[in-house]
Amino acid sequence: MDPSVRQAVLNAIPSLRAFAISLCGNVDRADDLVQETMLRALANINSFQPGTNMSAWLFTILRNHFRSEYRKRRREVEDSDGSYAESLKSHPEQQGHVEFGEFREALAKLPPDQREALILVGASGFSYEEAANICGCAVGTIKSRVNRARTRLAELMSIDTVDDFGPDRTTRAVLASGDR
Amino acid sequence: MKERKLGSGQDMQGAVEAKKPSARLSRDIQAKLGQQLRAIYDDVVNQGVPERFAALLDQLDKSDDKGKQ
Repeated sequence: MDPSVRQAVLNAIPSLRAFAISLCGNVDRADDLVQETMLRALANINSFQPGTNMSAWLFTILRNHFRSEYRKRRREVEDSDGSYAESLKSHPEQQGHVEFGEFREALAKLPPDQREALILVGASGFSYEEAANICGCAVGTIKSRVNRARTRLAELMSIDTVDDFGPDRTTRAVLASGDR
Repeated sequence: MKERKLGSGQDMQGAVEAKKPSARLSRDIQAKLGQQLRAIYDDVVNQGVPERFAALLDQLDKSDDKGKQ
């Protein structure tokens, strides 16, 4: 394996995990997804174009793999959209901190397309164009999904003004974002 | 899935409806939502690379070398 490829994969893993957890709502399943993504990526490393964004390429593989698995499973077990929300609620400790419970719950209730777009753009730091490539859709579609996701989150959390976040939550959010 | 609102007619209706109270989220609300989202995400990112993945890369590296010989 080319050392630069190895390093690029290594660098992408923390963010891939965060993305995977946000997709499937379960740390163990997420780690399996990441592992399967690595195996697929390295088996198909020849289709990676050197000089392009390795992280975006890996995100695409993970996302597509998750989608096809998810569809398969839905066919096997009659699974409702609520199961994801339930898995988040019942295992908050799996998510690392138990903080931001209300936010997590609201995030879990978003339609998968919206949640995915919001995370890619709002947390993973991809541009709208990159997110559109990863999701295989138009840039405008990503923009509208992100907007809808934000609006829906605010609705679910009953936020009309910034004061609705409450001083406690606001402070913690600032603290959490301050230590990077 | 009841979320399916495909068909542009309905979609546009939805957009108009959503515009009423909160479609125009103020910048500061957007910023706060973004902070919370990143806090959750970064929690995981800051865990770094779990041992199993570093080990897997090593293993793949070895089998890769063998394959070339």
